[in-house]
Formats: sequence, C-alpha cells, structure tokens
Amino acid sequence: MDNKQGMSLIVKTVTGWMKGFIFLYGIYIIIFGHLTPGGGFPGGVIIAGTFILITLAFGKEYALGKMGKILASELDSIGALLFLLIASAGIYFGGRFFLNFIEKTHPTGNFNLFSAGIIPLCQISIGIKVGASLFMVFIILAVVRVVIVDGKGKLITTEKKGEK
Amino acid sequence: MTNLSLFVAIPLGMAFFIPMVSRKIKWFPDIFGNLTTFLLLLLSLKTIGTETTYQMGNWSAPFGIVLVLDGLSCLLLIIINLIGFMATLFSVEYIGKLYTSKLRYYSLFLLMIAGMNGLVLTGDLFNLFVFMEIAAISSYGLVGFGCQAKELEASFKYLVMGSIGSSFVLFAIALIYGRTGTLNMADIARVIHIMPFDNLIYFSFVLLLVGFLIKAAIVPFHSWLPDAHPSAPAPISAMLSGVVIKTLGIYVITRMTYNIFGFNNLISNILIYSGVISMIIGVIMALIQWDFKRLLAYHSISQMGYVIVGLGLGTPLGILGGLFHLFNHSLFKSLLFLDSGSIEYETGTRDLNKMGNLVKKMPVTSFSTLIGSLSISGIPPFNGFWSKLIIILAAVEVGRPIIALWAVIGSILTLSSFSKVQRYAFFGKGEKFEKEKWENYKEVPSLMQVPLLILSILCIVGGFLAVEGTNGIFAPVIKVLTGGVLPYIAKVLRF
Amino acid sequence: MIYYLCFVVFLIGLYGACCKKNIVKIILGLSIMEYSVNLFFILLGYRKEGIAPILDRSMEINDFVTKAVDPIPQALVLTSIVIGLGVLSLMVAIAIRLYERYRTFDITEMKKLKG
Repeated sequence: MDNKQGMSLIVKTVTGWMKGFIFLYGIYIIIFGHLTPGGGFPGGVIIAGTFILITLAFGKEYALGKMGKILASELDSIGALLFLLIASAGIYFGGRFFLNFIEKTHPTGNFNLFSAGIIPLCQISIGIKVGASLFMVFIILAVVRVVIVDGKGKLITTEKKGEK
Repeated sequence: MTNLSLFVAIPLGMAFFIPMVSRKIKWFPDIFGNLTTFLLLLLSLKTIGTETTYQMGNWSAPFGIVLVLDGLSCLLLIIINLIGFMATLFSVEYIGKLYTSKLRYYSLFLLMIAGMNGLVLTGDLFNLFVFMEIAAISSYGLVGFGCQAKELEASFKYLVMGSIGSSFVLFAIALIYGRTGTLNMADIARVIHIMPFDNLIYFSFVLLLVGFLIKAAIVPFHSWLPDAHPSAPAPISAMLSGVVIKTLGIYVITRMTYNIFGFNNLISNILIYSGVISMIIGVIMALIQWDFKRLLAYHSISQMGYVIVGLGLGTPLGILGGLFHLFNHSLFKSLLFLDSGSIEYETGTRDLNKMGNLVKKMPVTSFSTLIGSLSISGIPPFNGFWSKLIIILAAVEVGRPIIALWAVIGSILTLSSFSKVQRYAFFGKGEKFEKEKWENYKEVPSLMQVPLLILSILCIVGGFLAVEGTNGIFAPVIKVLTGGVLPYIAKVLRF
Repeated sequence: MIYYLCFVVFLIGLYGACCKKNIVKIILGLSIMEYSVNLFFILLGYRKEGIAPILDRSMEINDFVTKAVDPIPQALVLTSIVIGLGVLSLMVAIAIRLYERYRTFDITEMKKLKG
C-alpha cells in the first residue's frame, strides 16, 4: 500500500470537510465527560482517529506535518504530567492526594458545564494523552518501518529507519 | 510519614518527565533516575514501624480507594526500592554500552517501580489489578529491550502467559464483585466471613490463585521464566527475579490467603505441595544449564518454592522463615544477576564454557559472586543459611519432616550447581576457553562495582536480622499475618 | 444463563491462546479472552428494566437509585478496555518485529531458546 500520495480526489475532498467536525466531536466528548457518557479515553481515541484518517487519506508527509513524532511524544508526556499536577495540587490545597479542591472551595450547581471541580480538567489531560499516544503507536507501527539487514546483507524492509 | 501517595506519584512523574527533558540534556536520565530511586529508598526506610492508611481524595473506606501501609507492605517497599536503587546504579554504565536508548529505559523502569509501589500499598482490589498491569506491561517492554530475535521471542512468551494470568485475575475480581458488592479488600473480607463459603467463593479464589501463581512462576506455570529472565538486560533481570515475581506473585497470594479469605487446611496443602514441587524441579533443571543467566533463572523458581512452603505452613515460625527467605533471596539473587551482567559487560558472553579463570582478572566480581553463591546454597554464616534453617525447623515443628527432607535435598543440589559455576567461570577453565580474549579483560567500571559491594555486605550482615532485628522489621509482619482477617478489617475500615 | 455463555467465550479465547500456532491467532485469542471478561463485568451490573445511570435535572434521587443499572462496573470496564488496548498494541509491535527477525508467523519455528 503506497501511502505517499494518499487516496483519490473524492476521498481527499470529503476528508477535508469532515476532519474538523470529527475533531470537534472528540473535543465535545472529552469536555462533557462529567455530564454525559464518555470522558477522557473515548474522546482521546476519536481525536487520534482524526489524525489517522488524515494519514490514510492524504499520505504520511502531510499528516506528519500536522503532528509529527516529536510533537506527539511531547504531548503524551505533557498530558500525563498535567494529570499528576492536578492530583498533586490537591495536596497543596487541601491535604489529600486527588482531592477535589475546586469543588470544595467554589461549589457550583450540578448539571452545568463548569461543575464537578477537577474532573473536567482531568478528562482534558487524559484526552490529550490518549490521543497523542495512540497516534504515535499508529505512526510507529504502520508508517515508519525499521531497516533490517540480515547476515547476508539482504534488505528486508525499506523506508527510513525509525526508533522503537 | 503519612503521605503514602508519594511512593506512586514520584516515579510516575519522573517517568514522564524524563523523555520530555532529555532530548536536549543528555545527562538528565542518569542523574535524575538515580536520584529518584534513592529518594524512594529513603522514604521507604522512614516507614519502618508505622501503620497508616491514607484515603485518596478524602473519600472514606468503602467508597473510595485507601492506601494501607502495614508490616508486610513495609517489608516489600524496602525490598522494591533497595533493589531498584542498586539496579539504576548499575545501569548507568551497562545500558550505555550495550543498548541504545537510555531515556526509554529509565522511563519504563520508573513506571515499573511506580506500579509495584502502588501494588503493595493499595487496599482496593481493582486498584491492585491496575497497578499489577502497569508493572507487568512495563516489564514486558523491558524484557525485549534490545530487539534481537531471542529477546523478542522471550518477551512474547512472557507477554502471552502474563496476560492469561491477568485475565484470570480480572475474571475472579468480577466474580467477587458480583458476590459481595464492594471492591475494598477489607470490606470483602468482612462480607465473606458473614456469608457461608459457597462454591462461587472457592471458584474465584482458585482463579485468583492460578492467576497469581502464573505471575510468581511456581511450577505448573513457570515456563516463561527461564526464557524471560536471561534475555532481559542484567539490571532488569535483577529487578524481575529479585522483585517483580515477589510483589506480583507472593505478596498478593499472602494478602489474599491470610487477610481476606482466611487461612485453612486446603490452602495450606495447595501452597505446600506446589512449593515442594517447585523447589525440586527448579534445581534439577538448573543442574543441566550452561547459560549462566538461565541457571540463575531456574534457581529463582526453586527458591520461590522455599518461600511458598514457608508461607504455606501457617505457623509464626513458618511465616518468619518464608518472608525472611523472600528478603534474602532478593538480595542474593539480584547480586548474582548483576554479577552476570558485569561478566557479560566485560566478556560479551553468558556461556559457562567460554569463561574461565576470571578470578585473576575481575576480583570484585569474583568476590561478590562467591558471596552470592555461598548465600544461596545456605552456607553459614551468610543470610541464606538462617532463612532456610528457619523453614526447615518450622516444617519439623508442624510435624511434616518430609518437607524438611526435600528442602535439604534442594539445598544440596543448589550447592552443587553453584560449585559448577565457580569451577567453570572463576577458578578453572571452560571447555571453549579463549585465551587471547582473556588477556584483555579487566574489572568493570567502579560505578558498577558499588552495587555489587553493597549487596555483598548486606548478604553478610543480613543473617543477623534474624536474631537482632526481629523486633524491627519482621515482628510487625508476623503480627499482621498471624492476626488474620479481623485485625486487618478493623484497621482499614476504622479510618 | 448468560454468565455461562461469557465463560464459554472466555474458554474459546483460552483455547485460541494456548493451542494455535500462528502468532496472529494467539493475539486474537488473548483479545477475545479480555473482551469476554469485560462483557461479564458489565452484565453483572444489569438490573431488570433499568435505566442508564445518568442523572439529569428532571429525575428524583430515590427514583434514580432504585431504577438505574450499576455504574461501578462501567467505570471499571472503561479502565480495563484501555489496559487491553495497551497490551494489544505491545503484542502487535512485538509480532511485527518477530516477523522481521524470523520471517515467519509460526511459533513452532521460533525455537532459539531451548533447554
């Protein structure tokens, strides 16, 4: 399967229209995670799905230009560190790890978007992490192959040499 | 020290911080990896003698997740963080020479330590499963770290068997939740002892036991261990053999049988028979090995058999013997694996036939391997002797001298197997010995010698822990385990 | 009755993971095992003619508690699915690299570690 030029013109046009909506839907599922089913994990998977769709339709150079390997790795770490920072801020404000300090100090009503304390912030950081790491897994498995030369010097796979 | 969450939060944070920063700063992973494990070691030494619970997020016991620190958790925390610190000291030079990418190594290593710290501290059953999976997945990745053919095959075998074990455990957790309605371990203990013991509880206990025996590599389920432990890099072999099979396997089985389900005759017999079979089969298979690390891996199976026999006997002397042997085994087995790592660093081989006369060229490694071999064979006054003696005395005290006989036979065969190692590798010559390469060997760098010397000293003085320090570390553990179910429930649910 | 069927699917997955020679079939067997346990977990929380455990403005709390299905297994299964995803991606990565080293997907050919 030759990913260098992407797919046909119809697929490219329709994907160009749809990718914004799919990304927005992923963000909607993440942000409303404390009110409706979903949350960080499924929302992150949908965001990764957006980038995978772009890779399949347009080819890998375009997709790697949008979010390259290094940016995905950095976003992965930033998502996890943000989650840990929010959990540790509970120690600073209230004395317990993971304390819902926003809800204790500024209680808002239920069923609103800005309610339930730290939970939407945790969902956002999980969503960033899951999306970035799934896209990185997809890139490393399917797009960047490793050059292997066996004992007799025969090249088995091509493409540029990647990391693990 | 009441903030138990630091044991999980610190390595987790550093595991994700290291890849971010060390693209630009090259010396960052080494220094900060070692600082992290050293800090964790100091924190775990501070917890000796205390018993606390910590509620995450201020939700009290049956509704939220509590972290419980008692004597058993304290012992295992010390083991995990001590061996972790030794392994990170060793890997500064070792990974730099033999493998490629240090930042991924430290990241996975710190994730594994975070998972294991969380596992011994948690009081909630599903949280235990999640931490077990974190530690296990990191170790699957670390076993296949150098991506050669043999290492990937070993990693795949370990992965498949570990995942089957985890699926059994998750099924058992689902059954227990369906029966009791709660996930907190103390609450489950309370509910199980009110209702009669019916077939569903037995079935879920058997599933749990099988799942964790796969992780602990006891004999019907041991076949991943002789492939996985040699193929890993040497500090990871030391961690796997010295820590992971103990926390993921023995600690959870102990917690389940003593504090949750209650200890009775059936469980005692299961543990004793599987332990005795592991002892003998492990050491017999080890006698025919010519690969040094594969020999050490089979000895791990055998020594885990000793620990399970000690825990299965059920008396306070048996529990002391079993847990003391756990502690000693982590010391001398990681010492032996780090020795094999330094031999591999210098000579490039693990085959006993190709080594020879290393005592002249590598004195520190020879000295520490000698101490490790004497400890594992049970020669007085090293620490292995005392713990095996306590297990044998406990077996005789209960009135089952056949177990004591098998333990002595296993010990004799262990001694013979390590005499083979000493004769071929250090004091004599192997059959395919290459003299030209031998001339160029020298001792390993001094940063790699430090963990070897520290662990050797701990092996020598560790024997005194049985006599002098029983009141410090081991007495609270025995009190926790022999108290049984009810004190555990009272301690956790009161807070 | 349906719980027995979940256990049957678990055993089918176990058969696939233990007795098949192709690596891809082993991976599929392990995935089937994990999904069957997740399915069992969710079915535990079922209540006859229950509603989804989402509270909105127009519902009373007592009404909700007596009618809703159990939300705890749903939260646990979410975590468990993500764990399964992590293990699956690691397995597939190792399988791809095993193919590049051994040139076959048959595990009986991969016998370099013996004894």
